[in-house]
Amino acid sequence: MRPVLHMRRLLVWGGAALVFIVLPLIFKQSFALSMLSQMGIAIIFALSYNMLLGQTGLLSFGHAVYFGLGAFFCAHALNFIGAGKLAFPVTLVPLIGGAAGLFFGLILGFVTTRRAGTPFAMISLGIAEMVAASALMFTSFFGGEGGIATNRTVGKAFLGVSYGPQIQVYYLIAGWCLLAMILMFALTRTPLGRMANAVRDNPERAKFVGYNTTRVRWIMMSLASCFAGIAGGLAAINYEIVTAETLGVVASGNVVLMAFIGGIGHFWGPIIGAVLVTLLQSALSNYTQAWLLYFGLFFLVIIMFSPGGIANLVTVHKPVWAAGLAKRLVPSYAIAAGAGVVMLAGFFAMIEMIYHYEAKESATKDFSFFGLTLDPTMAQYWVGAAIVFLIGVGLIAFAKRRVAGAWDEITPEMQRKGTV
Amino acid sequence: MVAAALQLHDVRKSFGRTSIINGVNLSIGAGERHAIIGPNGAGKSTLFNLISGRFGVTSGRIDLNGESINGLEPEIINRKGLSRSFQITNIFPRMSVYENVRCAVLWSQGYKYSFWHRVDGLKSVRERTEDVVERIGMAKRRDRLAGVLTYAEQRALEIGVTIACGASVILLDEPTAGMSRSETDDAVNLIRKVTEGKTLVMVEHDMSVVFGLADRISVLVYGEVIATGTPEEIRASKAVQEAYLGTEQH
Repeated sequence: MRPVLHMRRLLVWGGAALVFIVLPLIFKQSFALSMLSQMGIAIIFALSYNMLLGQTGLLSFGHAVYFGLGAFFCAHALNFIGAGKLAFPVTLVPLIGGAAGLFFGLILGFVTTRRAGTPFAMISLGIAEMVAASALMFTSFFGGEGGIATNRTVGKAFLGVSYGPQIQVYYLIAGWCLLAMILMFALTRTPLGRMANAVRDNPERAKFVGYNTTRVRWIMMSLASCFAGIAGGLAAINYEIVTAETLGVVASGNVVLMAFIGGIGHFWGPIIGAVLVTLLQSALSNYTQAWLLYFGLFFLVIIMFSPGGIANLVTVHKPVWAAGLAKRLVPSYAIAAGAGVVMLAGFFAMIEMIYHYEAKESATKDFSFFGLTLDPTMAQYWVGAAIVFLIGVGLIAFAKRRVAGAWDEITPEMQRKGTV
Repeated sequence: MVAAALQLHDVRKSFGRTSIINGVNLSIGAGERHAIIGPNGAGKSTLFNLISGRFGVTSGRIDLNGESINGLEPEIINRKGLSRSFQITNIFPRMSVYENVRCAVLWSQGYKYSFWHRVDGLKSVRERTEDVVERIGMAKRRDRLAGVLTYAEQRALEIGVTIACGASVILLDEPTAGMSRSETDDAVNLIRKVTEGKTLVMVEHDMSVVFGLADRISVLVYGEVIATGTPEEIRASKAVQEAYLGTEQH
């Protein structure tokens, strides 16, 4: 049994590597390439966050602190390399970020992991605010408002790799991302990783089987901070500038969203979250100024309808797939999807109308919405949008019953086939 | 008398002004099976919590194998060779039976906080875990999630987790509470089997279990031990009959 498992895992990682290699060959635009780079960084960051939240049960509101500190140290390291004060290959600069993350994770984690649960969350928030405030006070290190600018091409070009072109930076990020993913996955299969789960689920029992729960949390936090620092280091190389925002509470909140949207109960959940959030943030913001609102609503919908995140949607459907009953769900899901599109169209139209009505800069308020011209100063457009929205709501209610009915039908069959 | 595995000297515990344990002296020899009985609210569970380090004592001293364990954290006491179960099942519900037991095996096999060993590849851990799972009769259920086991199975797993670290002193807090007659019989056989050669201290309400298993019995009433002795001595004791058995005699 064991060799088969190994084979499967090898295939998974090999497949991931292949995807990393092939992606930039498919998406060649510079916009896509920088987004892919951003995704790679976000994946490491989100996975490192889930070492805390998903694996150890620590809800941290300050994980960007370690990402940001790693980034600042790497920016300075690059500048030192550029000034000839440090001889270090740029390829390995993220290690400096990891070391910085580890160092501060050890120190700050020593304080924060004394408590779990809500006190931990509050202390982590306090530390995040403290570090963010320090970033604006100690300007020689953090660069104040302007941040620290750097240059990633300071190293000697090796085999043509100078990290000038974005594609080279992308492959650097992809390589580190793959390595970090493998290491973080391997960590879940170690004694520490298993005991982190034990401490998450039942800290009291963990004590009575010989484990110091504070120690388990502390080590996990330090290792998570190390990976966050590596991600930060890659960000410094990628953007060539690090500002105080990098370690701010907004950045810390963002990684919480990534983890929750993707799903904290599965190792690969945060990967989905990181990809999706990065995509939404870059793509959505190109189309509408109200994108943050949509993003927030998306988060709400996920938390309300699939608290386990998107990963959970996948696991819920696994037994259906295994029983070969997936096609029985398709009609009701198609109806639900159609209903959702109608409802969202009405809803988005109204939101966009409010937004354009409020906008002062243009003389006329009409705008194009999926090929239609909407004018928020005319009542009929509002009525139209509201009707579309309400029809959508009605259809959703209908679709909900259909979906529930389809599930009721297939559940006994799955039980008979033993896939649930 | 054999060397005492566990010794309590004038142990007292109060919560605020309420005094729960009022000077308990107890000496339990190595290899002895000792039951603590007493009416509800006598302080039996509190006494267990003091011995296992869940609470600190207000005054007095607790010695494990001749060494004071006062003020030590539960995990330290566990590493010194004392392991306990809980009255309300206290396992890792989202892990399988096998993983539950393995969590309790890891420290004693020396893997501690290791993040450089692959947990599935540890031979000594695997063998020890499989042995314990086998001994608690759960080999066929080893991959079940602990949270979905039947009550009796969870109680057996609770005992498995308790003995897995190989402690020499085992504390069982009402191991048969809430079980049917036949489940109780199975549990008694299991306890007898897995505590072979170890020191066992148990709190138990079921008198047939107590008199069937225990070498000696202590009776705790209002935070004091009013009698300690063999089952025959306890049955014959006037004080015990008045204070405790008298009200419940069959």
